[in-house]
Amino acid sequence: MSSEKPVMIEFKDVHKYYGDYHALRGINATIRAGEFFSLLGPSGCGKTTLLRTIAGFEGISSGAVMIGGEDMADVPANQRPTNMVFQSYAIFPHLTVEENVGFGLRKDPRSKAEKAKAVEDALGMVGLKGFGARAAHALSGGQRQRVALARALILKPKVLLLDEPLSALDKKMREQMQVELIKLQRQVGITFILVTHDQEEALVMSDRIAVMFEGQIAQLADPETLYRRPASRKVADFIGTMNFLPAKILNEAGSKVEVDAQGFGKITLDGAQVMSAEGSEGGATVGFRPETLTILFDGQTGSDFESEAVVEEVVYYGDMTYYDIKIKGCDTAVRLSMRNVFGRPVLDIGTKTRVAWSAGALVLFR
Amino acid sequence: MAQTAATKSNLPARAAPKQRSEAASGLLMVSPTAIYALLLLAAPLITIFTYSFLTDGYLTVELTPTIGSYVEAWTNEVYRVVMLRSLGVAMAVTLVTVVLAFPIAYYVSFYVEPSRKSLWLFLITIPFWTSYLIRVFLWKVILGFNGVVNSGLLGLGIIDEPLTFILYNTNAIVITLAHAYAPFAILPIFVALEKIDRSFLEAGRDLGESSFVTFFRVTLPLAMPGVISAVMIVFIPTIGDYVTPHLVGGPEGKMVANLVQVLYLKLDNYPLGSALAVSSMLLVGLVLVMATMQLAIFGYVFKRIAGQTQLILAIFTALAAAQALLAVVIALWLVTGNAPLTVVLGTAVHVVALLALRRKRSAL
Repeated sequence: MSSEKPVMIEFKDVHKYYGDYHALRGINATIRAGEFFSLLGPSGCGKTTLLRTIAGFEGISSGAVMIGGEDMADVPANQRPTNMVFQSYAIFPHLTVEENVGFGLRKDPRSKAEKAKAVEDALGMVGLKGFGARAAHALSGGQRQRVALARALILKPKVLLLDEPLSALDKKMREQMQVELIKLQRQVGITFILVTHDQEEALVMSDRIAVMFEGQIAQLADPETLYRRPASRKVADFIGTMNFLPAKILNEAGSKVEVDAQGFGKITLDGAQVMSAEGSEGGATVGFRPETLTILFDGQTGSDFESEAVVEEVVYYGDMTYYDIKIKGCDTAVRLSMRNVFGRPVLDIGTKTRVAWSAGALVLFR
Repeated sequence: MAQTAATKSNLPARAAPKQRSEAASGLLMVSPTAIYALLLLAAPLITIFTYSFLTDGYLTVELTPTIGSYVEAWTNEVYRVVMLRSLGVAMAVTLVTVVLAFPIAYYVSFYVEPSRKSLWLFLITIPFWTSYLIRVFLWKVILGFNGVVNSGLLGLGIIDEPLTFILYNTNAIVITLAHAYAPFAILPIFVALEKIDRSFLEAGRDLGESSFVTFFRVTLPLAMPGVISAVMIVFIPTIGDYVTPHLVGGPEGKMVANLVQVLYLKLDNYPLGSALAVSSMLLVGLVLVMATMQLAIFGYVFKRIAGQTQLILAIFTALAAAQALLAVVIALWLVTGNAPLTVVLGTAVHVVALLALRRKRSAL
C-alpha cells in the first residue's frame, strides 16, 4: 500500500529487559513515512513499551531504534522528532488551553503574534477554535484529547505517537474520534503510530497493523490480510470472531492441501490458506469468519459447498443477526452472521435450514 | 425512555428524607468535636479579644473600654521591635525549612521505590518521638560554647575559638525551629508531588523541554499547593513560638510569645498582653495574605511568559513583578513610619493588584 514511501522508523532486533522480565523479544519492523500504523495486542504484550522506545521514555537493552535513518540511542526524548498523545492526555492542569497548546513553542524563533496565530490554527484544526482561554481542568475528555492532539501537532513532528488515545472515551465519541483521526492524519500527512488493544479500532484506522503477543510481533500486515488470513490461530482468536472446526489433512500436493474438515467434508485449500497452529491445543483446525457462512433461504442456491444445519441460538443486533448453528456432522455449534436486509426473516431457535460456504474463505491452522 | 424518566423523577422524592436524616446524623457525629472546638478555641479567643479592649488597673482589669493597649502595642519601640523580630524569625524559619524540605520531599516522591516510601516517611517523623522540649535542649548542647559543633570544629582545627553566633540569638532560634518543623514542611510537599501524574513530566520532555526546564514549568507549579501549605504550617506556629526563643534565644532573642507571657504573668497587664497577642495574630494573617498574593502574581506572570522566553528571564521578571508589591509596602513604611497604616494599606495594594490581574485575565 505504501511500499514506495521512504522508511520512517526501523526496529532492528530490539530487546528490552526489566530486571529479569523480557518485555520486548527481538522486534524487527519498518514503519513508512505517512503511514497510519497500529500496534495491537492484549495488555502486557509490550506494545506501549515499544511506543515509548520510539518517544525515548524507555531505553532498550539491545538492538536499535532508527527514526528517519538516524539511530536514536543517544537522542533524549526532548530532542526526538516525535510527539506523543498520552493515554491520560497529560493536559497541564495549571495552564489554559492555549498555554497547553503553545507549551512546546518556547524556543520557536517566531514572534509572539505568529506563535499565537499558530496556536489558534492548531486549535482550529482539531475543532476547538475559540477555546484558547479556557482552563484546562474545565474540559471534557474529548476536548482534552483534541488539546493533546493540537499540542503535539503544532510542533510538526515527523511521527505522532498515540498511546491508547480513545480508550477513555465513550463508544459514540470513540467512533467519531476514529474518523477524525483518520482525516487528520491524511490532512497533515505524517506518520501516526497508534497503540491499542481494541482490534476493531485498529482495523478501522490503520494502513498496517502489527499484532503483538508477549513482546513479539506475531503478524504485521494490512487490516484485510490480518482479518482474512491471520498468520496463526492466536492472531485469529484475537482479531474478531473466528469459528474453528477440527480437520484431518488427507493429501498434500505441491502447494495444495486437501483436508477433511468436520461437517464440511473434503476441501482443497491453497498454500496461502495454510497458517500456523500456534495458540491452539490438539491437531489441525479449519477456521472461518461468521460472515463467510451463509444461510440459504428458500429458493437460493449455494456456492461451492452446502450442508444441512439447525439453529441453536439467535442473537439479534438490529442491523445484524448472529446465529449459533450446528452443521450436520459437527460436534459443536459455529457462529454465523447475517445482515438483516429487507424481506429477510430472522430464524427461530430450532429451525432446520441449509448453509453454504466457499473454500476461499477458509484458513487451515496446523 | 419513558420508564427512565419516571424513575428519575421518583429519585429526589425518595432521596430527600434520607438526606435530611444523614445531615442530622452527621451533625450529631461532629458535635463533640464542634463543642470542644467552641469551648477551647473560640471561647478563649473571644476572651482575649475582649480583654484587649479593657483598661489595665493595678492588679485588676477595669471594664472601661479603650483602644489604648493597641496604641501602646503598635507605637512603643519595644513591642514594635519584638513584633518585627518575630516576623523576621518566622520568615527565616519558613524559608529555610521549606527550601530544605523540598528536595527531601522530591527525593522521596520521585526517587524512592514505591514500596519504600512509607519507611522513609516513618524515618522522617522519628525525631518526633522525643519531646519538643528535650529536642530544644539538645540543640543547646549541640550549639553551645562547649557544644558538639564548637568542640568538633576546634578539634578539627577549623576554628581557633568557639563560635558565639550560633547560640543565644535569633540564629539559634532559626536553626532549632527549622529542625523542629521540617517534617511539617516535608509531608505536604510530598503529598503534592505524589499527586503529580508522571505523564505530565513526560509530556514536558516530549514537548521539547529538558528535565530542568520541565521542573520549573510543570513540577514546581503543580507542587505549589503543597509548598503553600508547608509555608502556612511552618509560619503560623513559629511566629508565636515560646519555648525555643526562651531557651536558645538569649536576651536578644525574645519573641512576641515571650513578651505576652511577661505582660500576663509578670507585669499582670492583661489588656496589653491581649492586645499584643491579637496584633500578632492580625500580623500573621495579613502577612500570609500578602505572601499568597505575591505568590499568585509571581505564578501568573511566570506562566504568561515562561512559554515565550528564557527560563531565567521568566523567573526574574515574575520575581520582579511580585517584589514590586513588596517595594510598595517598604515605601509605605518609610514614608508614613506608621506600622498599622503600612500593614493595612500594604494589604489593600496587594488585593487591588491581584483583582486587576484577575480582570485582565478574564478579559483575554
